[in-house]
Amino acid sequence: MSLWQYANPVKFLHLSGKIVPTLAVLSALSLVISLYWGFFLTPDDYKQGATVKIIYIHVPSALVAINAWFMMLVTSLIWLVRRHHVSVLASKAASYVGVVMTLVALITGAFWGQPMWGTWWAWDPRLTSFLILFLFYLGYIALWAGIDDPDTAADLTSVLCIVGSVFAVLSRYAVNFWNQGLHQGASLSLDKEEHVSDVFYFPLLLAIAGFVLLFIVLTLVGTRTEIRQRRARALLARSKG
Amino acid sequence: MIALLIRDLRLAMRAGGGFGLSLAFFLIVVVLVPFGVGPEMSLLSRIAPGILWVGALLACLLSLDRIFALDYEDGSLDLLATSPLPAEGIVTVKAIAHWLTTGLPLVVIAPVLGILLGLPQQGYFWIVLSLLLGTPALSVIGTFGAALTVGIKRGGLLLSLLVLPLYVPTLIYGAELARRGTQGLETGTPLLMLAGITCAVTALLPFASAAVLRINLR
Repeated sequence: MSLWQYANPVKFLHLSGKIVPTLAVLSALSLVISLYWGFFLTPDDYKQGATVKIIYIHVPSALVAINAWFMMLVTSLIWLVRRHHVSVLASKAASYVGVVMTLVALITGAFWGQPMWGTWWAWDPRLTSFLILFLFYLGYIALWAGIDDPDTAADLTSVLCIVGSVFAVLSRYAVNFWNQGLHQGASLSLDKEEHVSDVFYFPLLLAIAGFVLLFIVLTLVGTRTEIRQRRARALLARSKG
Repeated sequence: MIALLIRDLRLAMRAGGGFGLSLAFFLIVVVLVPFGVGPEMSLLSRIAPGILWVGALLACLLSLDRIFALDYEDGSLDLLATSPLPAEGIVTVKAIAHWLTTGLPLVVIAPVLGILLGLPQQGYFWIVLSLLLGTPALSVIGTFGAALTVGIKRGGLLLSLLVLPLYVPTLIYGAELARRGTQGLETGTPLLMLAGITCAVTALLPFASAAVLRINLR
C-alpha cells in the first residue's frame, strides 16, 4: 500500500467514487450545522453587531483559497517529477475551486468591510495580496484554456504554478512593505482566531471543516470529470484513426 | 551568443522591428494621464514617479510578444534550439536584447517625460536609478511569459494576464524607491530589495524560461 498506487487513474476513480458520496454528505452536514449554529444560535458581537457572522463564510473560504494554491503547487511538482496524470488534473480541478473561493473571500470581505471600516475596499496588505492571488488563479486557468495539447498544457501550467508561487510569496512581502510605508501598521488586526471567543470559535471550526471537505469533494469530482474527458477524447481519436 | 545578440539587435533596429513603438507608447501613456486626472501641477508632480513606472512597465509589456513570436513563425527558433547554444543561453540573450532595445531607451527617455509631469528636481536621479535597476527584471520576467505563450496563436492578451501579476513585486519596490527618493525619504530598503529582485530573477528565471521553451518546441 502506498499513496502512489492511486496515481493509476483506474484505482483513483475506484477509490474516489467510493469516498465522494460520504465526504459530500459530511461536508453538507457540517456546513448546514455550522452555518445555522453561527447565524442563529450565536449572539451578536457587542461592537460589530450581526455583521460578525460573515466570519463563518469569510474565514473558511480564504483559508481554502490559499491552501488550494498550495495543493496545486504540490501536485504540479509531482506531475513534473513523476509524470502522474491524475496529479496535474487534480491541480487543474483545484484551480477552479480555488478561484471561486478567492472571489468569495474578497466579496464577503467587502460586505464586511463596508459597515465596519466604512469602505468596500482598502489597499490593506491582506486585501491586496488576495487580489494578487486572484490574478494568479486567473492566469493559471487562462493558460490551461489557451493550449490545445493536453501534455504541453500540463507542463506549462505546472511551471507557471511553481514560478507563480515564488512570486506570490514575494508579492505578499512587497505589499506588506508597500503599505506600511503609507499607513504605519494597518488598524485592522485580522488575527481573529486569538481574539475570538469560544461562542464564535466552535461554529467557525465546524464551518472551516465543512469548507475544506467541500473543497476536497469538488476537487475529486473535478478530477474524475477531467479523467473521463480525456478518455472520451482518446476514444474519439481512436475511432477516427 | 554574441552573434545571436547582434542579430536580434539588428532585427529590432530595422524598420518594422518595433524599436520606437514602445517609446511612443510610453510617451502616449504619460501624456494621457494629465488628460485623465487634470492638469494640476502639484498633483501631477506628486504622482509622477508612479506614472513613469507604470508607463514604463506597460511599454515593456507591449513589446514582449515580439521576443519569440517572429522567430517561432519563420522557424529560426527551431534552428536555434538545435544549435549548440543551450536553451538557457537563448533566453538570456533574448532577455538582454529586449532590455537593450526596450528597457534602456525607456530609462533614457523617462527624465524627459518627467519634465511633462513636473517631477521635482531631486526626483530625476531616483527615477533613472530605479528604472535602471528595475527594467532588467521586467525584461527577464517578460521573457519567461513570452516563452510560456510562444506556441499560442494570438497569445498577446494571455501574455499580459500571465506577466502582470509577476511584475507586482518589481513595480512595488521600483515605484516606492522612486517615490521615496523624490520626497527625500529613506531609500535603503527599496533600493536593496529592487536590486535583489533583479539579481535573483536574472540568475534563476532563465532556467524556468528555458524549460518552458523546450516544452513548447517539443
